[in-house]
Order: sequence, then structure tokens, then C-alpha cells
Amino acid sequence: MISVENLTKRYVTKTAIEGMSFNVEKGEILGFLGPNGAGKTTTMRIITGYMPSTDGTVKVDGFDVADQPLEVRRRIGYLPENPPLYTEMTVKGYLQFVAKLKGVTGAKVQDDVNQAMDRVNITDVQERIIAKLSKGYKQRVGIAQALLNDPPVLILDEPTIGLDPKQIQEVRELIKSLAGNHTVVLSTHILPEVEQTCHRVIIIDRGKIVAVDTPQNLRSQIQGGARVLIEVEGPAADVLVAVKALPGVADARVVTQEASKSSFHVDVEGGRDIRRDLARTVVQAGWGLLELQSENMSLEDIFIKLTTAEETTPQAAS
Amino acid sequence: MKSILVIAERELKTYFTSPIAYVVLTIFTFLAGFVFYFFVGVMVESVGSRAMMSAQTGRPPDPIDMPGVIVQNMFNFLSFVLLLVLPMITMALFSEEKKRGTMELLLTAPVTDLQVVLGKYVAASAFYLILLATTLVELAVLFTYSQPAKGPILSAYLGMALYGLAIIAIGMFISTLTESQVISVILTFGVLMVLWLIDALARSAGATVKAVLSYLSILEHTNDFLQGVIGTSHIIFYLSFIALGIFLTYRSLDSLRWRS
Repeated sequence: MISVENLTKRYVTKTAIEGMSFNVEKGEILGFLGPNGAGKTTTMRIITGYMPSTDGTVKVDGFDVADQPLEVRRRIGYLPENPPLYTEMTVKGYLQFVAKLKGVTGAKVQDDVNQAMDRVNITDVQERIIAKLSKGYKQRVGIAQALLNDPPVLILDEPTIGLDPKQIQEVRELIKSLAGNHTVVLSTHILPEVEQTCHRVIIIDRGKIVAVDTPQNLRSQIQGGARVLIEVEGPAADVLVAVKALPGVADARVVTQEASKSSFHVDVEGGRDIRRDLARTVVQAGWGLLELQSENMSLEDIFIKLTTAEETTPQAAS
Repeated sequence: MKSILVIAERELKTYFTSPIAYVVLTIFTFLAGFVFYFFVGVMVESVGSRAMMSAQTGRPPDPIDMPGVIVQNMFNFLSFVLLLVLPMITMALFSEEKKRGTMELLLTAPVTDLQVVLGKYVAASAFYLILLATTLVELAVLFTYSQPAKGPILSAYLGMALYGLAIIAIGMFISTLTESQVISVILTFGVLMVLWLIDALARSAGATVKAVLSYLSILEHTNDFLQGVIGTSHIIFYLSFIALGIFLTYRSLDSLRWRS
């Protein structure tokens, strides 16, 4: 549904994102996880066509953002970092405006507005002036706005920020209920949020993709052990069997495979250092150990940053 | 076209939910009424002095179009008022969107940048035309108590409309340059003052420079309209001014995307 290739955004003084590539399948919920300033918002802004990229291509439903921006925008519902609200309007008046702006006409305008208000539970405040609403309600008006005209792709930049715990739960349920018919890309720096809602996670740090995986795998990596990358000159299948037989190895798989050498990811059970055993096993079997590298450190570092952000409880909304 | 109207409609509603619209309407209608009253007084007095003149020379006074002179003087004064009032209509057009983050909504909606610009322009222009239409009250008084020539009045309105629409186009462009309404309005005042004073500068300049400078003076071009002359060159001047303002606004939005 969304394909991003080699995306790069450079400013005069700094590079916001560099060579980012990923795909989002139809019906999938993808989470962007990363510390503030990692490039999450920039990536989202480029996908929605708000800003052009310096290099690389973004396609949504087969349409290139640079060449057919209107086709792309028609398919996207976007919640920016700060909900784009005309605060002097009533909730209903504002949503009617956005619906018309998205090209909805006639009686469907009110139908769409009612449906969106119902989904985020703001029907009771529809006649109120937006400026008078609490932060949580404003955030939900922003989400409602993105849902109007039922776009197949939803880009949500920090959708649960400013909500109280109960509302956070409601919004997460809402996002989950959207999966299947909708493709959702959301950003967050809250780890449990990703675990609860997303099918797949992309971790971004300093403008680059650090990891792409399911939340479960990521979780086991942080809680459990580490991962070791080895490159071995020898028959891949035999190496795999030998490595898996080692005590302390949770799992191992081939990453790349060439004629004579292959590289493997070896997942380690919590707290153990198996590098010595690994090296010995490989060498004793008569294979060539070309590379051995512990991969957990950088990931862990990032997660420390991310998980500390979670400690700050979101303010109550009302 | 539909998207333009959707944007324009919201913008117009915003005018009337903020105090600015009412402040502008109040100042403008009060000054229009005041200056109308003043010039009617001047005209009535001149009747007496003209009668005395004719008694001295023994010839009947030259016929003059009194209602026409009143209208001309009133609009002459109001064109100055508009230099101060119109920037208040345009100051928030884009600056406020930038500040509130709603620019991100407009620029990611399935509408083109040009539609956004035109929607804003239509709204500000519509508000201005409403403002201008309030002077029909003074006109109604004139038509009740006299028989003004209709031609020059229509031409004066056309001139005033074009003049205001040109100022709005400049003001709209300036509002894209900043997030602050205050900076936007002050910058617009400054630019309009320069465009107005350019005429004074022209007086002391050489022949060629003088011709160029006085052509650029935005106020200068209303004179013929107010005297009942519809000059093609003046219409072209204002239309190209409007087109330039809209084009600059459009380009400015584009550069905003790159910089944001």
C-alpha cells in the first residue's frame, strides 16, 4: 500500500532522514518508534505530501507523491503532531468543513461527520467551540478529522498524546479496529503502545532505520538476551545445526547466503555471553570464522531512551 | 472551483466570528458617514458663495455636478482609509494558519495550492466588497435628494473595487511570510506606504523616472475612475497587480513546503 524507497531529506545544516526504505502492506498497522527528533514526523510529512523529499520515492496505492500528489492525498487521512484545529469553530462545524475540503458532498457530509464523531466518542460535544475543549477532546477531534471520508491509509503522528489512560485505551482499540480495511502508520515513543497496536515496528534513530520487526521479537530481544551476528565460511545448513545445538542459544537463522560463506543471526537466551563458545564451535568444526559481532548494544541503547519516555504519564484530559 | 468556495466560506465565517471584522466595519462606515456629511456641508455652503459670485459678475453660475463632486471627494478620502483598514483584513489570512498548524491540514488536503490561495483571496475580497457596499447608504441619501449622474458613480465603484482588490493581493502575500499577525499587518502598512509615497518621490525626479514611479503609485490610478473615466491602462495596472500578488502567494506557499 505504501512503498518508501531510499527516502532522504536534507536541510541546509542537517540531514533529517537518510536512505530510508520500507513497505507497508494493505491492512497492516505499522509503528514508527524512535526518540524525539529521530525523523518520524519528517517521514510522515513526506508520505502525506506536506513536504517534498530531497531524494527517493514514496508511493501510496501505486501513486507517486511527487508526481500525483492529489491522488495520494485523496487516499490519506492525516493527523499531524499538533491537531490542525480551527479553534473558533464548533466541533461539528469544523468536521463539516474538513469533510467538504476532502470533497464529500451533499447529505454524505453529515453522515461522515456523525460516523467520525461516534468513532472517537465526541458526539456529546459537537456543538461546543473547539477552543473551550480539554486537550484530550481536541486530540480526538483531530483523529475524527483524519477519519473523514474513510481514507484507506491513515497516518497518525502521536495519536495518543495528551489523552488520559482510559482514552488512550479507547484510541488504541479504535486503531486496532481499523486494521484490515485500513493501512495505518502511527508514530510513538511509547513502547507498550507499539506492542498493543502494531503488527510491525520500525525503529528510527537519527534519521535512519535501526530495526524492523514484530513487537514480540523486539520485546524478547530487550527482555531476553542479545543477538550475535556471525559470518562463517562453511556449509550453511551444517553451521546452523551446530550453532543451534549450543547451550544458551534460543534461535538461529541465516541472514545472507553466498557460495562459500553465510551470515547468521544467533538469538541468545537472557544474560549469557556465548561468543566464546560460538567461536570455538565454528573453528573446531574446521570452518572459517570471518566475523563475530554482538548486535544487541545499539538496540538496547535506543530502547533505554524510548522506555524512559514512557515513564512520563500523559496528563489527564479533563 | 468547489474547493475554492469551501475554503472561502470558512474564511468568511471566521471574519464574522472575530472582533476584527466588526472593528473594521465600524471604523469604515463611521468615517464614510462622517466625510459624506462633511462634504455635503461644504457643497451647501458653496451654493451661497456661488450665488454671491454670480450676483457680482451678473452671469449665472457654471453648472456643476454637485452629487458627483461629493461622491468623488468621499471616495478620495476613503481610499486613504482603506490603506489603513485593508491590511487588517489580510493580516491573518496565512499567518494564523501557520501559527495554528492548520496549514498542514490545507496543504495535505486533496486540493491544489492555487485553490487554497484563491479561496483565501475570494473570502477577503468578498469581505471588502461588503465593506464597500456599506457606502450605498450615502448613495441612497444622494439619490433621494438629488439626481446624480449614474455613469461616474459606477466608474468610481469600479475603481475603488479594483484598488481594494489589489491591496488585498499584496496583503495576502505578506501574510504568508510570518506567523505573527502583528508583523504581517505592520509589514503590509509599510509596503502600502511606500507604494503611496512613490508618487511624492516622483515629483522631484527626472521625466522618465517620474513616469515610471507615478505609474507604480497605487493610489494614482484611482483618480481617473473617480472622475468618471474608465481607462484600460488603469484596469490593466490593477489586474496585473492582483495577478502578481496571487502568484507571489502561490510561490511563497510552495517554498513553505520546502522549508518546513
